[in-house]
Amino acid sequence: MSSTIAVAPALRRKRRRQTLRTLAFLSPWLIGFGVFFAYPLVSTVYFSFMKYDGFSAPVFTGLKNWNYVFNHYPFFWQGLRNTLWLVLVMVSLRVLFGLGIGMLITKVKTGAGFFRTAFYLPYLAPPVAATTAFAFLLNPGTGPVNHLLGSLGLPQPGWFNDPDWSKPALSLLALWGIGDLMVIFMAALLDVPREQYEAAELDGARAWHKFRYVTYPNISPIVMFAVVTGVIQTMQYYTQAMVAGKVASGVIGGSGQQFEPGYPHGSTWTLPQMVYSLGFQRFDTGSACVVALVLFGLSMAFTSLLLRRRAGFVTSED
Amino acid sequence: MPPAPVPPGGPVSNPRSPRGRRPVAALALSAAVALLAGACTGSNSTGNNDASAAGKDVTLTFWHGWSQDNETKAIDDNIAAFEKAHPNIHVKVVANITDDKIDQALRAGGPDAPDVVSSFSTDNVGKFCSSKAWIDLNPMLQRDHIDPASTFPASMLKYSQFQGDQCSLPLLGDAFGLYYNKKAFAAAGITQPPKTLSEFDADAVKLTVANGDSYQQLGFMPDYHGYESAPAHYLGQWGSSYFGADGKSDLAADPTVADMLNWQKNLVNKLGGFDKLEKFRTSFGDEFSAKNPFETGQVAMAIDGEWRTASLKADNPGIDWATAPFPVPDALASTYGRGYQTGTIVGIARSSQKQAAAWELVKYLATDTDAVVSFANAIHNVPSTNAALNSPKLEADPNFKVFLDIARNPNTSTTPPSINGGAYQVSLQNFAYDVEAGKQSDLKAGLAATDKEIDAAVDQAK
Repeated sequence: MSSTIAVAPALRRKRRRQTLRTLAFLSPWLIGFGVFFAYPLVSTVYFSFMKYDGFSAPVFTGLKNWNYVFNHYPFFWQGLRNTLWLVLVMVSLRVLFGLGIGMLITKVKTGAGFFRTAFYLPYLAPPVAATTAFAFLLNPGTGPVNHLLGSLGLPQPGWFNDPDWSKPALSLLALWGIGDLMVIFMAALLDVPREQYEAAELDGARAWHKFRYVTYPNISPIVMFAVVTGVIQTMQYYTQAMVAGKVASGVIGGSGQQFEPGYPHGSTWTLPQMVYSLGFQRFDTGSACVVALVLFGLSMAFTSLLLRRRAGFVTSED
Repeated sequence: MPPAPVPPGGPVSNPRSPRGRRPVAALALSAAVALLAGACTGSNSTGNNDASAAGKDVTLTFWHGWSQDNETKAIDDNIAAFEKAHPNIHVKVVANITDDKIDQALRAGGPDAPDVVSSFSTDNVGKFCSSKAWIDLNPMLQRDHIDPASTFPASMLKYSQFQGDQCSLPLLGDAFGLYYNKKAFAAAGITQPPKTLSEFDADAVKLTVANGDSYQQLGFMPDYHGYESAPAHYLGQWGSSYFGADGKSDLAADPTVADMLNWQKNLVNKLGGFDKLEKFRTSFGDEFSAKNPFETGQVAMAIDGEWRTASLKADNPGIDWATAPFPVPDALASTYGRGYQTGTIVGIARSSQKQAAAWELVKYLATDTDAVVSFANAIHNVPSTNAALNSPKLEADPNFKVFLDIARNPNTSTTPPSINGGAYQVSLQNFAYDVEAGKQSDLKAGLAATDKEIDAAVDQAK
């Protein structure tokens, strides 16, 4: 008994030392987690129940901000629909297009370097510059794209000036900057063991079968990665929608002539733009926090759903 | 021998004396609490918080939005004259500042935040005043015996205050009128600028020359995105009030709003329809450049501010142009000469630690007649004081004089300040976009819904 009593404090000290050591090693992550995730998240929840304009002291207002955003803020539901549209369509197109380009380039025998560079370079263009260039190319009145379509006798869309075409135009812009995904897919495609293709060919597999039963099982973790990061990125979609709307609308802003995102007819509103507009243009930090929390919740839900359904997407052992 | 100067806050005990420690600590604590309370509650300042009045050197930071060479030179010249008159106050000028940058800097505060701020958007006055981001200048105006009502034109005074809080002063104004191409007028057989909207519509049609499914020349671009042809600018010709006496949005109850929307939609139809006009609009160059559609001859008439007179002279686009007041509704023909007016505002940031010196600069920029006149002459904006408007030093050629007369016109109106800035205008704009595009035809129901939207947003901001 007495020996136990004598050993226990030593054990406790050892364990405490181990715990402290572990915490010390973990501290960079813990500090980062606290400063850049936990504290902002708790603050966002706190301010979502407050009236706070950034100047005066916050005042508790209960669910007023939540009620305003969901029931009275005219752009919320439209912005939510737009964001979900972009998540579903843009992410799908980007993954399919990135994978397709990656597969084509890995098969190119000559000039592969040129094509890799040509498809990767647009990704390096700053988003504002790229969007401005697209607004010029897709200008309904003077843009070369519509001139070409017109000369071929095809319809000439209004692109960024037409609410039916503004999101497809943004998707085209996203496809143009596909370089990042293409490189990732190319790396994955080049890692697929050649002997599996040879075995499949011996079994009489055609192109689709080779993709379905050899390529896809090998690259499915990368597809999952592309989908999850694509969803998170698209949830944060801001710059391109803002710049395209502003350039196409021609509104500089000024008294009696306010510019608010969403041009044309609210078709390019996204939730991140709402966070900015409410919080920084209208000084309504509380409502901005509500939208930010919705955005956070949606991102978490999408990611969880995708990871839960992982078995359906990922078919190889990883 | 004069008595020793008393520091702000009264005499303090000798910090070396043991007796003095407690009072000093208490004073420091009180000061800290007062500062903190002031910071948190947005209490107003009286502008007496720096030593510039005692002759000590102070450096102010002044943010403004002007960016063109002649504009920044005019500001710099004005500041140089101020510094000459106030040798102990130095001014660091930062140009080309947008409202978004102002918003963020005022919130962030800190040593790089501006002391004196000017903004092109009078719509934000309500937001700046109600949030106390800009301090109330009333105490300083009273102390220096400046009567705002007799110093500034009524409409300018209206857009620079919110519910009695004079958190900004007008710093030059903008009046909106009609620019027309005299050569195009002569070619269409039009002898004088239109005075009523029915004359205007007829002229716009006459001046329109088709080119296939587009235009060689458009009489007028009525679309709300056609640069300055915004709903609020048109509504100046009706003098719409936007809000009722109870502070609620009254767009549906005010018949002038539906009148304007109907007039604009009819003109859109007369000139070829929304889709055709919008496609033509996308061929326009940048508004603030020589590619402006009026300067290139793409449109024969335009609604624009007085600054365009200077741009037309500088750009020398080779068109024969003149100005006139924008036409008024036929039922209001007797008020011809009116227009929409807005302008630049200047104020002092609440976070400024040099508000006494900042007030001297604001007072100089906004009320010194010579400063206002020389600045107006340099950048062709409307002077913002009555004395400057009537100054013999004001250089006004006939085209610029049109805008001075619009500014002086008692029927000239502006957009009212609101607690949430220009959010109510965004709501009206969005509805107007739907009307012109043919997505909304029930104006009564649409305007009633817009009223609800505006009231909810105002309520949210309270």
